[in-house]
Formats: sequence, structure tokens, C-alpha cells
Amino acid sequence: MTDATLAFAQGGSQHLAGTATIVHDGPASKRIVTGYGFWIFLLSDIIMFSCFFAAYAVLVGQTAGGPHGSQLFDLRSVAAETGLLLLSSFTCGLASIAAGVRNERWFQAAMAATCVLGLAFLALEGREFASLVAQGAGPTRSAFLSSFFSLVGCHGMHVSAGILWLLTMMAQVFAKGFRADIQRRLLCFALFWHALDIIWVAVFSVVYLLGSAV
Amino acid sequence: MSDQLQQYHDHADLAPGDEEAGSIGSKLLGYVVGLGLAILLTATSFFIAGTNLVWQPSIPVAIIVLAIGQMGVHLVFFLHITTGADNTNNVLALAFGLLIVFLVIGGSLWIMSNLNHNMMPMDQIMQMQR
Amino acid sequence: MFGKLSWAAIPFDQPIPLITGAVVLVAILAVLAWVVIAGHLPYLWREWITSVDHKRIGVMYTLLASVMLLRGFSDAIMMRAQQAVAYHSQGYLPPEHFNQIFSAHGTIMIFFVAMPFVIGLMNLVVPLQLGVRDVAFPTLNSVGFWLTATGALLVNVSLVVGEFARTGWLPYPPLSELTYSPGVGVDYYLWSLLISGVGTLVAGINLVTTVLKLRTRGMTYLRMPMFCWTTLASNLLIVAAFPILTATLLMLMLDRYFGFHFFTNEAGGNVMMFMNLIWAWGHPEVYILILPAFGIYSEVVSTFSGKPLFGYRSMVLATMAICVISFMVWLHHFFTMGAGPDVNAIFGIASMIIAVPTGVKIYNWLFTMYGGRIRFTTPMMWSLGFMVTFIIGGLTGVLVAVPPADFLLHNSLFLVAHFHNVIIGGVLFGAFAGYTYWFPKAFGFRLHEGYGKAAFWFWLVGFYVAFFPLYAVGFLGMTRRMQHYNVAEWRPWLLVAGFGAVLILIGIVFQIMQLVVSIRHRAELRDATGDPWDGRSLEWATASPPPVFNFAVMPDVSGADAYWTMKMHAREQGPGSSAPDYRDVEMPRNSPTGFVCAFFATIMGFALIWHIWWMVAAGGIGAFATFVAFAWRDHDEYVIPAAEVARIDRANLEARRAALSFAGSA
Repeated sequence: MTDATLAFAQGGSQHLAGTATIVHDGPASKRIVTGYGFWIFLLSDIIMFSCFFAAYAVLVGQTAGGPHGSQLFDLRSVAAETGLLLLSSFTCGLASIAAGVRNERWFQAAMAATCVLGLAFLALEGREFASLVAQGAGPTRSAFLSSFFSLVGCHGMHVSAGILWLLTMMAQVFAKGFRADIQRRLLCFALFWHALDIIWVAVFSVVYLLGSAV
Repeated sequence: MSDQLQQYHDHADLAPGDEEAGSIGSKLLGYVVGLGLAILLTATSFFIAGTNLVWQPSIPVAIIVLAIGQMGVHLVFFLHITTGADNTNNVLALAFGLLIVFLVIGGSLWIMSNLNHNMMPMDQIMQMQR
Repeated sequence: MFGKLSWAAIPFDQPIPLITGAVVLVAILAVLAWVVIAGHLPYLWREWITSVDHKRIGVMYTLLASVMLLRGFSDAIMMRAQQAVAYHSQGYLPPEHFNQIFSAHGTIMIFFVAMPFVIGLMNLVVPLQLGVRDVAFPTLNSVGFWLTATGALLVNVSLVVGEFARTGWLPYPPLSELTYSPGVGVDYYLWSLLISGVGTLVAGINLVTTVLKLRTRGMTYLRMPMFCWTTLASNLLIVAAFPILTATLLMLMLDRYFGFHFFTNEAGGNVMMFMNLIWAWGHPEVYILILPAFGIYSEVVSTFSGKPLFGYRSMVLATMAICVISFMVWLHHFFTMGAGPDVNAIFGIASMIIAVPTGVKIYNWLFTMYGGRIRFTTPMMWSLGFMVTFIIGGLTGVLVAVPPADFLLHNSLFLVAHFHNVIIGGVLFGAFAGYTYWFPKAFGFRLHEGYGKAAFWFWLVGFYVAFFPLYAVGFLGMTRRMQHYNVAEWRPWLLVAGFGAVLILIGIVFQIMQLVVSIRHRAELRDATGDPWDGRSLEWATASPPPVFNFAVMPDVSGADAYWTMKMHAREQGPGSSAPDYRDVEMPRNSPTGFVCAFFATIMGFALIWHIWWMVAAGGIGAFATFVAFAWRDHDEYVIPAAEVARIDRANLEARRAALSFAGSA
């Protein structure tokens, strides 16, 4: 018992002398704690999306005599949106690398590219929504359209929030450099942005591709 | 012993989403490979949705499998879920989240289709009221 | 300019809410005036409102819960009174008023009493039990509390400005849709819960991360106190379930505000989808409430039996099993609403299976007591009362889990009796046990035992007298939420139930007296050693109340029941006289972020309810500005030098060391 206490007092080792037990080394570092907490938040967000997916799956056939997905979806636009978002995930990864080596020029460039790609995605999506509403296929037309607009719109709102966050992070790095707490926030932002692309994979597969195959 | 400690401490500072220490080149390569794989899977997905070359009933399954593949590529190459200390917790958390997603979506679909099977659609009930 | 808001929103023509509202408003203004005039505002702002200390936030959560208990209980007394007199009569509450009362009663009790109570206790205790200085995200903790307070505020504002929902505590469509609830009531409900839901989610993320990533040296998972395990399970459920509530309420909001068709009768909406999703949240919610209570009982029973918890590993397994299975039973809340026999059977069987791990826990508590030296303190009394009461409530639950039985009992008073049986007997008794057990730790003096026991007995007997007649009257066919009735057979039972409510009221009065008397006599009731109960876990190893940094030197843990191990060690080898190795301590800075955020959230919520769109925009901009201001600060921590740590610690170091070697003789 006493040996163990001394060993801990000397700064913590993984293995007790003479035994094979692995003992807990103490609280994790700030970066791990922050990253893990945000990971848990992301999972909660994914569960919220899954409710909108469930509602969509249940209501997809309820067109109330109005248009079906196959009559409304423009797959070229969707392909463009997909490409833009995927590319933005890539540029976000570049920004993470730049932040890791503390290169401000490359960081801001990569973040700006991510922002532009994200805005382009939102522009295409906004155009799609506007055209649907103009055709009389707005969210108040039928339950199917309500669930479509909510699911895709929820994702779009997350992307919009992400862009606000992105711009704030660019401003923070510009003003204060790569301080440890700012680096932790960049980690969280990157996780968020990549997770949004994962959700989009589900959205375009389930809503657009499966929907237009009907 | 001190080498092990050092390695542990380096490793110990990796949060979920962090990459192992490495050169810029190797990190860049990771993202490029991820991008490439994702483009490949996405293009395949779009192609299958619109083609007649594939046995039609298999299309939904194929699209879902490809979607799962794309998500996997993102998790490994962009979110770096396989690296980081205390990896077990991250994977367990993800597994728990996926279980709940499956229960919510699957359960809802099963229950709602059961209900819809047993109950008349609301529009018809409303019409009967008028 | 002010949307739908006008002077007509104030109920000048309804005496009860008008007078109540006026009285409460005067009381609040009087308290505020006293605080400001007596000069307490700077202290309150500095030490409580902007505090990011988990102990302070825990106390504030508990205070919120206690105050809201009074409001929720007033609703209950009004309902019991109405049903006692409304035989062949309209009683004194018209239907539109009665409906708001039972809706507010349920909403307040679940979201603003039970949830804050357990979250407050978890906040206060878990970092201490884990041997660390605070939760994972202290400022976020403050945000979570203040957003919950916002929700509570909005619900209470609905009493005097506008109206509350008349749909019951879960707003089933189509009644809750705009067509059938055109007023602001459902909107108050929606925004209040959407805002406080964010607060709860934030608390969930915080506590999960704390338990998994912030434990002191040597505290492996299997050496954590049982309360920390149940905290983990409960908060995993919060993280998994509250997004479902948010999504479903958002869908209803979209229907009401933008004319969407998720749950409407026309254009293909599916009303049952709401029930399905809301109960997918609703069932895990009750386990979110009960699991921390189970943890409290584990701590209390083990401490006051003088024995380690029996079957620790099986308890852990049972807890995590409940955590997972709780997501597989939700259909049992709507057996009667159209599902076929196959679906009903599967969920019915799952609902019976989930009783098994709880049974394991009960046996473990009984075996913990067996062979121990039991001390019948107030927390222990609450735990014993829980065991009997919860078993009965659980049994009636298994009864309604059988679909054919549920076809008769669904939405009857039998069901109402069942869930009050488990929530009061389980969650509330647990909260009271935790409150009386950890009060000395939080405030440095014990609560008066005599008043505590009197309160317990009046609550216990009052509960049985108030709710067991409801089982009977449920079997006799009475439905829930009846504003009046004409069946003679029911009357005697409802009169008895009304009397039970009065007994509970006396219990509450005794609890208030206990607090007042204890504060008055706090010098005699002082806890000098930090360990008034001869405890077993680390929260008792520090002073009462703990210093801001919790532990001067973070403890090394070498076994389960960490503090008990330290005491046994000290008994054999003496308490030790060497000076502890004091170091500088970094603590998070206080921050007004939480309070300011909640201020803007209140403005936005109120504006959304009354359709004052410019105010919504202003509130949103304010909230975002708060985030940016918070993100921009340069100093989020401050250092307490080692000498200061030593000075604070030495104030009662000798008393604590003396307590170490007297272990087991209290």
C-alpha cells in the first residue's frame, strides 16, 4: 500500500512495481476533456437528426395529392452540393493541419476556402428551396414536404451556424493567434464540420437518391 | 521506462479528433486519401441511383451500404476516430449513439407502420366527420 | 409592435390567478428590495449568480427545485380540492382553468422540480466524490442552470400574462395544434421546454465527461462510488433522449408557427408520430429521474448500515442494463392507441424485463443492511420508506405493462396512482434523502433531526392516504383529469385522497420549519469535521462546506469506498502529522455568461410566444454577442497560491484528522 502511495506521489506511473494492475493516472488533459465533451454533444446532435430522419421515413409517402420527391429533386444540383460540402471538409482538414503547425497564413486561407464552399452549398440549397416554394411545393403543402424541408433545412441551419462559428474562429486566430484554448475550439469546430458532412451523406442518400428512385 | 512515459504523455494528449503526431506530408496524405475514397463512393452512389445496369431491387441496399462506407471514410480519415488515447470510450460512445439512432429510427418505422396498418388514414376519418 | 400581446393577456376576470400573481409579484419585489437595500446584491452577484462553482450551482438547482415544488404542489392541492367538491357540481374551477392546472402541475413537477433536484445533487456531489476540483465545463454548467431557470420563469409568467397549455403535460396533437389550441398556452409550454431542454442537455454532456474523464489518481471505474455510476447512466440517457424531445417539440412548433404538417389532421400529418417520438423521450426521462435516486440510496444505505455496498459489480451491471433497456420499452405508454398484438407483446415483455435489474438493486440494498449496524437517521428513514413504497409502485407498473390489463387501466386514476407511487416514492424520497444527507456538506451545519423525522412521517403517511384511494377509484373506472363527476362510488375515495394531500402539506410545512430552525440553531448543529455521518466516500474527506478548490491536495485512491479506506489506514497507523504537499491551484473564473445568456433567452422566449419578431431578433443578436464576448476573454482562470491553499486548509485540518481515526465509533 505504502509503495503505491509513494509511486503516485512521484508523478504517477502506469504500472505498480511488481504488479500488473493498470491504475488510473488522474484527470485527463484539457484538450482531451474538451474534445470528448464535444464528441458527446455531436452524438446528441446526431440523435436529434435521427428524429427528423424517422419523421421523414414515416411521412415520405404522405404527399396529400401533391408532388412526390421524384418529381421535384434535381440530382445535378444535389451532386454539386455534395461535392462542395465534401471539398469543404477537405479544406477544413487542411486548416486543422495548418493549426497544428501554427501556420497562420495557410490556416486563414484554408478556413476562407471552407467558408466559400459552405456558402456556395447554402446558396444552391436556398435556390432549391425557393424554386420548390415557387412551384407550390413548399413545406405547408403536405406532410412529406414538411418533413423534407425540416430535415434538409435543419442540416442547412447547422451549416449556417457552422459558418458563423468559422468566421468567429478566423477572427479569434487573427486577433490572438494559436492560443491553447483557441486550438481546443478549432478542434471542436473541425469535429462539427466533418460531422455535418456525415449527416449530409445520410441526407443525400436517403432523401434524394432513394427518393428519386421511386 | 521514461521513454514509455514520454510516449504515453504524447499519446495521452490526443483528444478525439486529433491525429497522431506525424509529418505534414503524412497528415496531408491522409486527408487526400479520404477525399479520394469519399469521391469514389459518392460518385458510385449517384451513378447507381440513376442507372439501369444494376438489378433494380438492389439499388436501395447498395445506396445504403455506400452511404455507410462514406460515413466510415469520414470517421477514419477526417475525424480520426481510430487514434487518440482512451480510444475505447470514444468508440463506446459512438456505439451507444448508433444504438439509439437505430432504436429511434427502426423502432419508429416498425411502430408507425403497425399503427398505419391498423388505423384508417386521418384524412379519411376527417372526411367521415363532415 | 407587440405582436399578439395586449392588456387582455392579463387575467383581470379570473380572481384566482390574478390574486395569486399579485401576491407572488409583491413578494418577489419585496425580497429584491430587501436584497438591494441591505447591500447583498454585490455578494449575490459575485458569489452566486456569476458563480461557476459546481457546489454553488448545485445548491441553486436544488433551491429552484424546492421553490417550484411549492408551485407544483399548490396545483396539486387545487386539483384534489376540486375533485373533492365537484360531485354533481362544477366545483370552483371551470374546465379551461382546471385543464391548465393539471398541465402546469405535471410540467412543473417533471421539468422544474424533479430534474433540477437530481441534477443539483449530482452537480454538488459528483466532483467531490471523484476527488476533483470541478466538473468538466464549469462555465457551461452555469449556462445550463440559468437556462433551466429561464424555462421555469416562462412557465410561471404564463400564470399572469396569457395562459398555459390545456393539453396535459405532454401536448398531444391534434389538440395541441393551432386549430384546436389557438391561444399562447402551448407556445409557453414549447419555448419553456425548448430553452430549458438545452440547459439539461448541457448538464448531461458536462456530467458524462466529468465521470469519464475527470477522476482523481487511482480512481478506476470500479472504485467509483455507486452514485457516480448512476450519474453516468442517467446523464448518458439525458444526452441520448433530450435531443428527441427537442426534435419533437420543434416539429410541433413548426406546425404551429409555419403551417407545417407533421401532426395535423390534414395534408397527410400523422398524429401518432407525436406520441411515438415524445414517449421515445418520455420513457428514458423517468429513468433519468430514478437512476440518481437509486445512487443516493446506495450511498445512504451503505453509510448508515456501516457496511460497504453489497454486490457492487452487480449494481453496476444493473444500472447500465437499465440505461440500455430504458430505450426499448416506450410503446407501453400507448398500448391502446392502435398497435397490433405483436408490437404490444414485445414492448410489454421488455417492460417486464426492465423490472429485473431494479429488483437486483433492491436485494443488494437489503443485503447491505443485513448484518450491519443500522442508524435510523432522517436520510435512512427516507430510504426505508422508498424501499417499501417503490416496490409497490413498481409492481403496479408491471401490472400495467401487461397490454390486456392496460386496456382497462390506461389513463385511469390507477395509472396516475402508479406513476406518482414511483416518482414520489422513488425520485422525491431520494431527493429528500440526498438533501438531508448532503446538506451538512453544502452548508457546514446539520439539519434538525426531529423536524426531519416529522416531515418524513407526514410525507409517508400522507402519500399513502393521498394515492392509494386513487388505485381503488381507478379500478372503479374513473378516468384521469376529470373536472367534475357524477359517480357516487368515487366520492369517498376522493375525499380521503384530499385529506392525504393535506397530510403532505403538513409534511412540507415541517420541512420548511426544519430549514428555518436549523439555520437559526446552526451554531449548535455545526459540522466541524466535514464528516458528520461517518461516511465512506471522498466528499466527507474535506471540510464542510468545502473550500472553493474542494481538496487542498487531490487524494490518491487505492480501493473502493476511498474515504473509508483512508480512515481504516489512519486507525492502524495514526492520522499522520506531516504537512500536506500544498501546490498552487488553478480555478476557473466566475462569469456572467450563464446569467446574461439566460436573460436573452428569456427575452427571445417571451417574444416568440407573443410573436414579437423584432424582439426575437434583438434577443438572438444579444445571445450571439454574449457567446463572442465569452469567447474573447483572455483570462478564464485564476491561481490560488500554495500559501493561501495552506491557510484555508489548515483552518480545520486538525479536526478532520481527528475524525479520521475515530472511524466506526460514531
